[in-house]
Amino acid sequence: MNGAGQNGIIRIFHVTKSYGSKHALVDLTLDIQKNEFVFITGPSGAGKTTLLKLLYIGETISEGQILIDGMNLVRIPRNRTALLRRKFGIIFQDYKLIPKKNVFENVALVLEAAGMKTRLLQKKVKSVLRTVGMEDRSLAYPPGLSGGEQQRIAVARAVVGDPLILLADEPTGSLDAESAEIVLDLIKRFHGRGGTVLIATHDKELIRKAGGRVIHLNRGCLIRDETK
Amino acid sequence: MVRFFKKAIHDIRENGFLNTITIVTIALSVLIVSAYFLFFKNASDILNAWQKGIRIMAYLEPGVAHGDLEALKQQISTLYGVQQVRFISKNDALAHLRQQMKRQASILGNLEENPLPDAFEIRMIPSSQRIDKVEILAAQVESLPGIDEVEYGQSWIARFQNVFSLFELVGYTMGGLFFMATVFIVANTIRLVLYSRREEVEIMRLVGATDRFIKTPFYIEGLILGALGGIIGLGVLFLIYLLVSSNMGQDLSAGFITIRFLTPITLLTILFTSAVVGWLGCYLSLKQFLSA
Repeated sequence: MNGAGQNGIIRIFHVTKSYGSKHALVDLTLDIQKNEFVFITGPSGAGKTTLLKLLYIGETISEGQILIDGMNLVRIPRNRTALLRRKFGIIFQDYKLIPKKNVFENVALVLEAAGMKTRLLQKKVKSVLRTVGMEDRSLAYPPGLSGGEQQRIAVARAVVGDPLILLADEPTGSLDAESAEIVLDLIKRFHGRGGTVLIATHDKELIRKAGGRVIHLNRGCLIRDETK
Repeated sequence: MVRFFKKAIHDIRENGFLNTITIVTIALSVLIVSAYFLFFKNASDILNAWQKGIRIMAYLEPGVAHGDLEALKQQISTLYGVQQVRFISKNDALAHLRQQMKRQASILGNLEENPLPDAFEIRMIPSSQRIDKVEILAAQVESLPGIDEVEYGQSWIARFQNVFSLFELVGYTMGGLFFMATVFIVANTIRLVLYSRREEVEIMRLVGATDRFIKTPFYIEGLILGALGGIIGLGVLFLIYLLVSSNMGQDLSAGFITIRFLTPITLLTILFTSAVVGWLGCYLSLKQFLSA
């Protein structure tokens, strides 16, 4: 198995996820190392999004185990779920920004939830917004921004808490080529600082540009695991 | 905590209409229950005042010898609960009656003889100034030789106390029902607010917010809404009290009857309870919403 090592930051053991009689994932086993850049690809219904959801406990595993930085998701108590999720930064295809909060507040939410003091929080948020090129739009509200701008804010929110792992579900699915390029660049910068990246996508062009390991799924099963 | 408080205030402003409904609901409940309690408290004070003024009139049989009066008086004085015994002769009684009925002097003017009996006026010690103890003492006095009849306003006091006890029961029942109804209405209103913000709550969970981080502003919001409802309800009650007590004039405030508003301790208790109602409504809604 590619990437199989003793110290994988994400370790998936014989995981199956079922919805009634339908299996979204079937007996999946994977290891992802720290600082890897991984694509999860496959046709619609392959199980890409389901896999990501299992990692951040958006869904529960039907069978098997998943370890995230040594934490076993099957055994984690409910009141520790929030702590686990702080290890992740998550980017969604539909951005999932809060419309009634401005750009600054959307990004700051992560640090507020972690209990960061106001002064440090403000410094960090401004820094991240500068990195994604949205510092001058910090008081704008998401409905007034373009898709590319909203996704940049979503990237900012995903990385501001210095997570270990960045999960992205079709991060460029709704974007034009230029915006997609910007978002990919931001994700690469996170990877360049030592973070682990896992992107679920069926965008072959994105995979070609970024390079990295590519895991192919189809109907919930692991078909191929390529390392470039 | 300051952050949570600011968020709660911000959220209250943001859902103005729904929160206004919550506040008005709590205010109305507080007003109705407090008005009832205010009436009950004052009625209780009046009843207690009347009971303190209770005295037993023991009317003597005609022909009781003068020499026996002192012995009878002494006998009554030794009964438990008696503080003072005063002899009122029939002549003194008639003179007092003439004084009270000055305007109807012609009624008494044609009397050929004094129809009033001699009597003992018996006053009780404070601990015996209760209707049940008065009844026992009255029965004891009535059983003494030479005593014809005993009177202490028993019929209306007993009737009033029965009505009063009924009021008390109705009050507690009403208070309990209003409490539950208000909690459920608040819970439903908060559920609507939560539903309108479900996406926000979901995103908060995804970015690693704990349940405490999500719930605390709502709990503070519930307390504030409850307290505001309580303040408004009590404020309206006070205005009504001022209106009613000023229109009642001097008649009732003269003498020993005074209409009083609720004490500060009672006001604080009601305010605290209304804040708890607001909080409880939030708690029930959040419990269901976050476990889904």
